[in-house]
Amino acid sequence: MPESEQIAEKRETIIYVRDLVKRFGSFIANDHLSFDVYKGEIFGFLGANGAGKTTAIRILCGLSTPTSGQINVAGYDAYLETEKIKQNIGYMSQKFSLYEDLTLEENFTFYGGVYGLSRKQINEKTKLLLTRLDLLDESKTILKALPLGWKQKLAFCVAIMHDPKIVFLDEPTGGVDPITRRQFWDLIYEASHNGITVFVTTHYMDEAEYCERVTIMVDGRIDALDTPANLKKQYQAASMNEVFLRLARTARATGL
Amino acid sequence: MIILFGMPVVQVLLFGFAITNDIKDARIAILDKSNDYMTREITNKLLSSGYFILGENLDKDDQIDKVFRKGNIREVVIFEKNFAEKIEKEKHAAIQIIADASDPNMANLLFNYTRSILNDYQRQLFKDKQFPMQIQTETRMLYNAELKSVYMFVPGIITILLMLISAMMTSISIAREKELGTMEILLVSPLKPLQIIVGKVIPYVLLSCVNAVIILLLSFFIFGMPIQGSLLLLIAETVLFIIMSLSLGIFISTVSQTQQMAMMLSMFALMLPTILLSGFIFPIENMPVPLQYLSLIMPSRWFIIIIKAIMMKGSDIMFLWRETLILVGLTLFFIAMSVKKFKVRLA
Repeated sequence: MPESEQIAEKRETIIYVRDLVKRFGSFIANDHLSFDVYKGEIFGFLGANGAGKTTAIRILCGLSTPTSGQINVAGYDAYLETEKIKQNIGYMSQKFSLYEDLTLEENFTFYGGVYGLSRKQINEKTKLLLTRLDLLDESKTILKALPLGWKQKLAFCVAIMHDPKIVFLDEPTGGVDPITRRQFWDLIYEASHNGITVFVTTHYMDEAEYCERVTIMVDGRIDALDTPANLKKQYQAASMNEVFLRLARTARATGL
Repeated sequence: MIILFGMPVVQVLLFGFAITNDIKDARIAILDKSNDYMTREITNKLLSSGYFILGENLDKDDQIDKVFRKGNIREVVIFEKNFAEKIEKEKHAAIQIIADASDPNMANLLFNYTRSILNDYQRQLFKDKQFPMQIQTETRMLYNAELKSVYMFVPGIITILLMLISAMMTSISIAREKELGTMEILLVSPLKPLQIIVGKVIPYVLLSCVNAVIILLLSFFIFGMPIQGSLLLLIAETVLFIIMSLSLGIFISTVSQTQQMAMMLSMFALMLPTILLSGFIFPIENMPVPLQYLSLIMPSRWFIIIIKAIMMKGSDIMFLWRETLILVGLTLFFIAMSVKKFKVRLA
């Protein structure tokens, strides 16, 4: 679709990856990945379990070193300037990762402090985000007492609290009910609307439809990268699910 | 798997070999003021008994205090002047036995062994010479005249508690962050790994210090345990040991992924060897040689020597620089190992 290409050309690249390789011994987790992510877009990273999504996201966040390849995140080199990258990204992992024995407010205060926000900024942000989530009354509640769906939304808010340029979400909606997932995506849209680039991995194919562009990873390789609409057209599929199944069937380890 | 099958083997061997209260190869010093055929015979008998080995030959009274403060001599045997002559003319002569009673059981045992060897000799002498005579022994239990065992336990308990709180708690708390996934978030944040670790460690430093003070106060006021040496030095050495244990705890946490594993590691790999191999309960001299070497790398061994020396013998840094240096070395070693293991990039 020429339209999307036009958009692509106009847009500023915020993540630049060329020939990213990550090996664990003889196992190749990421096999020559190359892609660009543009500023402000929602970039979906799809794949079956073990396809290499998490490995890739960890490398982009500076949690893991690539074996080789050229990587640039938020304008900084992933080998040399990891500290600067860290200032500019937010990260939410598969595992729920707020402190369960602290209150909502304390979690915000702690993570705000970690990112060097001032006391005033922290208070403002906490109020803003808790209002958005309709949880202002619960600000003194211990996190443990909340249902999982709420916690995930909170974790997302904490991840974007310091207004990062990019937020990395590693399967943020695992184990969450469909309604909460929908609400979660509303939050993602809002963040994207505010100029935050969203890099999200998922294996829910309905979520792939919400992304502006998606890549599909199979066995550590990128097998497809385009807008959901283009991919459906290309593979003559009615839904992303079908696209995915068609690609995944070629996988070595057919876990499907 | 290694833990499941390795542990029992290690434990059984440790208990079997290390836990013996028999004495062999205890270091003694001899101060022979007469140096005649009888005193040489007695010395030979003592040294060939298997219980004692000669640590040092002294020639002046004022050296006695010094060798004890150095800490590796357990007992000093002193022959009075003109020993043989006195026995032959006056029918009696005296031997003074001074034992380091900062380890009361050991002192008692050593004294009894020495005593029985002397009795043997006396009997033999009596047979040869056919006249009644007597070797008088005079005993002094140095540093702990009443042979109170609390003197022995307090240093050991301080050591073990500090180790427990510092090493185990730190390792568990760091492993906990890993388990919960919060460690990942912290690593992605602009915080430096050093900041994360220092942040995790500070509460335990404070806790350990408070605990050390409580134990010292209790032992001082309730059990009347003396603090002969400088309190400042004692505190400084304690802080050094706390830092050592913390760096050990951090090291454990870098190799363990879960709280459970951190717990197992500190419990089995740390606590038991610390109790058994540090010389806290079971004298190191009695262990088989490989275990003796193993005990050389037990930080607690050195720390126990240090606090015993400071509290009971009033030793100062001049006597303890070697032990202190070893602790400093071990601390640096564990920190270096942790830094090597604990990378910003987790995999």
